[in-house]
Amino acid sequence: MRVPSTRRLRALRKAVLGVVGLTGFLVVWQLIPTLGLINPSYLPYVTDVLARLFEQLVDLAFWRRLGGTMTSWAIGLTVATIGAVVLGTVVGLVPFLRRATHTMVEFLRPIPSVALIPLAVLMFGIQRQAALVIIIYASFWQVFVQVIYGVADVDAVARDTARGFGLTRREQLTHLVLPTTLPYLMTGLRLAAAVALILAITAEMVIGNPGLGRMIELSRSAGDAAGLYALVVVTGLLGLTVNIAFRFIERRVLSWHQSVRGEEPL
Amino acid sequence: MTAYTERIAATARSRTVGSRIAASLVYPLGLPTLLLVLWGLVATRGTSKFFPDPLTIAEAFRETWVGPAFVEDVLPSLARLGLGVAGSIVLGIAAGTVIGLTHWLRELLEPLLEFLRAIPPPVLIPVAMLLLGITDTMKVVVIVSGAVWPILLNTIEGVRGTDSVMKETAESFRVSWWERLWFLVLPAASPRIMAGVRQALSVALILMVISEMFASSSGLGYRIAYFQRNYLIAEMWSGILLLGLVGVFLAVAFGLVERRVLRWYHGIREVNRA
Repeated sequence: MRVPSTRRLRALRKAVLGVVGLTGFLVVWQLIPTLGLINPSYLPYVTDVLARLFEQLVDLAFWRRLGGTMTSWAIGLTVATIGAVVLGTVVGLVPFLRRATHTMVEFLRPIPSVALIPLAVLMFGIQRQAALVIIIYASFWQVFVQVIYGVADVDAVARDTARGFGLTRREQLTHLVLPTTLPYLMTGLRLAAAVALILAITAEMVIGNPGLGRMIELSRSAGDAAGLYALVVVTGLLGLTVNIAFRFIERRVLSWHQSVRGEEPL
Repeated sequence: MTAYTERIAATARSRTVGSRIAASLVYPLGLPTLLLVLWGLVATRGTSKFFPDPLTIAEAFRETWVGPAFVEDVLPSLARLGLGVAGSIVLGIAAGTVIGLTHWLRELLEPLLEFLRAIPPPVLIPVAMLLLGITDTMKVVVIVSGAVWPILLNTIEGVRGTDSVMKETAESFRVSWWERLWFLVLPAASPRIMAGVRQALSVALILMVISEMFASSSGLGYRIAYFQRNYLIAEMWSGILLLGLVGVFLAVAFGLVERRVLRWYHGIREVNRA
């Protein structure tokens, strides 16, 4: 009886401290403009920002822009993931392709995706397609590299056993390659989801296709500090939601896996 | 037995040495060359003016970036990038160590850090412009405020994960606090820290480019956006190429540093695997 109660006490302590930390941050933020350390037109009061945040939440136009951003995010992430899984599996399984593409991948991957913004604007103008180019390019590599690692990680003994028992190619894919690759794929997907969101918003800021990013840029150029900070908080909450959602999906999908079951191998 | 296998291996080696050299050249260079040739063919045959052929881009690259532009645009960009990365490393490791070692501080800050990390870093550019104006300081601050998170959070995790037996051993041998930090905690955390630095580098490069596209009249990002707005297509491609080269250079340099810093760690893993 004592063990769970101390554990519950500890969890409570953690939650309380966490709330104290967040509140402290908000109080310090409120104090800075109140004490005149920074002009309120550059760093608005927390109360103003939060008020603006709630105003946005009941505004249909805000939700439409949010929808725009999330649509770009979802399309980009889906296309990038499908492409990366297919290509990554093929390249990972064929040693010839792996060796032949290695330099190409090592050169293309570090190119910052935002370098392609001008090209995307030239090709598609101020449209969602331009943003999608950037989103897909950035999130593709996250998944692709993980899938290649995962496919290469197939246990040699398990593979030989599967061959010895005469599993067909298709059976080997579903019973051997897929379970080995899945943890890697989920890691890649989680990273890609975060990257895709960052670039969806960045693209809107720089290219100017409709969405949260453009709204941020507009409130900056209009000098609407409270609106700007409210939107920054929105993007933070959005990022947090995406992170938590994908961590949850990862745990669900990998519930059979050692890393989630948490049993120590002996 | 060993001699036998060695002899076999030796003959196999001598027989294939020629084809091996060929393979080691063909594999890394084959596909890029093929793609370049294809690109050249498509570009000269095709009508799309957005894809000039590789030779035109190479020519534009030489004309645009070799010369004063290198000093005026490229070096200041790289200097800001370097300052930003150095700042994030120092800040991230220092704060991460303190937070990682202090239990209550970690619990106090965890939700807050989780939220701050989730903010897409480019969103901070307008905020920094508001607070600091369009200055070099603003750009460095933007880079730090985006690149510090992976280092900070990885340092916290790494410091937390220090082997408890080693920690207690060091304590009972009365190793001083500083020595424990320097010889136990930081080395134990270094694989995680290096993983964080790797992520931070790519974030920093992205922020360098965007902060210049957004709010600048010089620098690599500004130049590329300028070329695009003025339909200088080949020049724009040469800028993309240069950014790619910077990215590759950073990745290679980081790989070298990482191998040096984590030599002991990779050594242990090799031994464990064997």
